[in-house]
Amino acid sequence: MAEVFFFIAAFGALAGAIGVVFSTDNPFYSVLALVGHLLSLAGLFLLLRAEMLAAAQVVVYAGAVMVLYVFVVAYIGGEEPNMQPLGPTLRPVSYLFVGVVLVELFIAILGSGLTALDTEGAEFAFGFGTPDQIGELLLTKFLLAFELASILLLLAAVGAVVLARRRSGVGADEDGVVPTYSVIDMVRPEGTGTMRESATGLPDVLDAGSGEPLQVGAGVRQGSPSEDEERGW
Amino acid sequence: MSITWYLVLSAMLFALGAGGVLVRRNPLVVLLCLELMLNAANLALIAFSRMHGNGDGQIFAIIVMVVAACEVTVGLGLIVAMYRRRLPVDVDELRELHG
Repeated sequence: MAEVFFFIAAFGALAGAIGVVFSTDNPFYSVLALVGHLLSLAGLFLLLRAEMLAAAQVVVYAGAVMVLYVFVVAYIGGEEPNMQPLGPTLRPVSYLFVGVVLVELFIAILGSGLTALDTEGAEFAFGFGTPDQIGELLLTKFLLAFELASILLLLAAVGAVVLARRRSGVGADEDGVVPTYSVIDMVRPEGTGTMRESATGLPDVLDAGSGEPLQVGAGVRQGSPSEDEERGW
Repeated sequence: MSITWYLVLSAMLFALGAGGVLVRRNPLVVLLCLELMLNAANLALIAFSRMHGNGDGQIFAIIVMVVAACEVTVGLGLIVAMYRRRLPVDVDELRELHG
């Protein structure tokens, strides 16, 4: 019975991967194919007695990460440039490279001295692959990796926000009026250096000598709004 | 099912992902193909974990998933920044790193 499930899941995983690589017209279809691929892989993880990882794969990967992809595709999409294939000289080289990688991996697998490869796997203790065991390993033997992973996630989250943020802060709309988003904007003392103030220019109190608003960073926009500003950059 | 089958499948998925990274020009799809390669490696790690009856390989796979999630967030942030600056969203056109 395990054989049947393996071949169903393997077929799904391969079909999903082929769909990701060869769907040309719209990246949205690539994302959907990858979701199918990830779900099939979760089935394979279950066959390998990795329950916790299968659940994480479905919830985190096929759920959260793919939703991020869908949002970005919806944001970028529609303006996909015509994706011509590579030039006639480079494309066979990449196919050749892929063939070489595949042959090399097969040689590594078939020529391996690991006799246990032809078995169904070693005996395992009760509770193998459960959240119980994974959590215990993460908090004892692999505590350093666990903490480093949390730092890495924090860095990636902050980095993504910094990369994709609006450079000009809270911008004025077409009428030149900066919208008020919260009550705090009305009661906050002047000159606290918020993004809102960098969009409107600092109050005159702070630059009594010069007569012009201080230039604070790249956020201060003067003169007519450029094209970049319309797109929030 | 012997472990070899899982490894063969993992090798095929990895080669497909590598081919996608080389052939496709949309950076979004290149990121998706990177995911394919990371997941192929995950499958091999979990197969080896099962082969030894030892949970360490699964921890390795979880860390790989964390790194993949980080790579996706930063990569998508870069793509959004490229789009905002009206740079072409095409890896062949983007040859310079400076803004």
